[in-house]
Amino acid sequence: MPKRLLHLLLPAFTGALFVAIWYAIRYAMSEEMRFLLPTPGEILAALHDNRDALGRAALNTTEGALLGFVFAVVISAALALALSLSSLVRISLYPYLMILQMTPVIIFAPILVLWVGAGIKSVVVITFLICFFPLVVNTTQGLISTDRNLVELFRMYRARRLQEILHLRVPAALPYFFTGLRIAATLAPIGALVGDYTAGSSAGDGGGLGFQAIIYSSQAKYPALFATAAVTCVLGFVFVAVVVSLSWLALHQWHDSYERADT
Amino acid sequence: MAAALLVELQDVSKRYGDGPVVLEHVNLSAEAGEFVSLIGPSGCGKSTLLRLIAGLSPVTRGAISVHGRTPDEAAAELAFVFQEPTLLPWLTVAKNVALPRRLRGLPPSERAAVTRRVLELVRLGDRLEAFPRQLSGGQKMRVSIARALSLAPKLLLLDEPFGALDEMTREHLNEELLAIREQQAWTAFFVTHSVAEAVFLSSRIVVMAAGPGRIHTEVAVPLAYPRTAATRLSREYHGLVAEVSRLLRSVEATTAAR
Repeated sequence: MPKRLLHLLLPAFTGALFVAIWYAIRYAMSEEMRFLLPTPGEILAALHDNRDALGRAALNTTEGALLGFVFAVVISAALALALSLSSLVRISLYPYLMILQMTPVIIFAPILVLWVGAGIKSVVVITFLICFFPLVVNTTQGLISTDRNLVELFRMYRARRLQEILHLRVPAALPYFFTGLRIAATLAPIGALVGDYTAGSSAGDGGGLGFQAIIYSSQAKYPALFATAAVTCVLGFVFVAVVVSLSWLALHQWHDSYERADT
Repeated sequence: MAAALLVELQDVSKRYGDGPVVLEHVNLSAEAGEFVSLIGPSGCGKSTLLRLIAGLSPVTRGAISVHGRTPDEAAAELAFVFQEPTLLPWLTVAKNVALPRRLRGLPPSERAAVTRRVLELVRLGDRLEAFPRQLSGGQKMRVSIARALSLAPKLLLLDEPFGALDEMTREHLNEELLAIREQQAWTAFFVTHSVAEAVFLSSRIVVMAAGPGRIHTEVAVPLAYPRTAATRLSREYHGLVAEVSRLLRSVEATTAAR
């Protein structure tokens, strides 16, 4: 039990230390510069004052992030399956997938706005592009890394190709898929935010968190800007928490990454 | 009257692509109910021979018949136990055992009873819902054997199934395998590195030589079934172990001299 207590107390202590340093820096600053570093109290107040605008923006960003994420999952899974089934397709496409994965999508954000139009459409496309590559690379790797002994076993049973995919290759690829999904989940809110930052518009229901950040920044409402960052942080946490839970549900009973000493 | 030949290999040779000849001029047959062990130095092609009988790989020359048919046609009558347990880690013990029949399209209602029965046969009737990672090495191998038995095979092909287990576990599983065989009539081909295991299990031992792989000698094992742990104490058993060990050493000496 003392160990458990330590696990609570130590982070609480470092947190308090962090806030103390924050205030120390703030009060070390000259009076007229202090507006550049709002205190946690001011940020909380801004969070409260702007709760309607931030809440609406968070919903819009969530919508964009979720749509982009889901499209990325579905389409990457289909492409990964095609890549795993045909080595010809794999050899011809894989180098370009690697290159595209390295390409910073953010650079293309301004032109994407021109291609697909401002607002949520751009946000979804940018989120999709950012999530897509880690997913397709990981899932493909999983689908082609099936234990050879198990493949041989299925051959022995004269399993049909479809049976081999459904009963063997897909479940065997799940741990890899969830690794990709976890990466994509951390990227999705960031992608939506970046998309919104360049492509967000006040048309309709007023843009997302990225658009809100631009507004607060231009109005020098720095506590509200920090509050926007805090909301984005929570959103990212929710995304990852959902994926980690799904991963636990799918894998904890059998996969070694959830090994318990229960044998 | 002689029993019907279950398995017959006529002048079988095997070569993978342009590689070295793995097996040359192998003639071997087994009657229904025999327990045939294949033993020999590494590279003698004993595992390859088993894979040919299973139809996992085609012969380069010669012919193999199982019940008068090709191995591929007889696929439904044979079962293979690999060196590794080859269990699907995401399926429970019961679902692993039911897998081959699920792939053959049998409905769940028809699978459950057999699954339970074969798992009871290998003394794992209480671990139906366990996952493979919760089992010991010996238990995993038992599940693998239960899965093979669930197909009610006429011919059971075992490729060094107990090679990775400790001596005690191996001896126990040898005894269990023979006990199961008393209840189910299958013919076995069993690849092993262990002379003691081969003598204990087999009605006949085929000693193979390497470079290229071929049959060197066949040794009949006249020990009466059922055999138990006590069989290992008999003078006859020890005499046979010594004889087969001697044969194996001479085979290895001639292989090394080449």
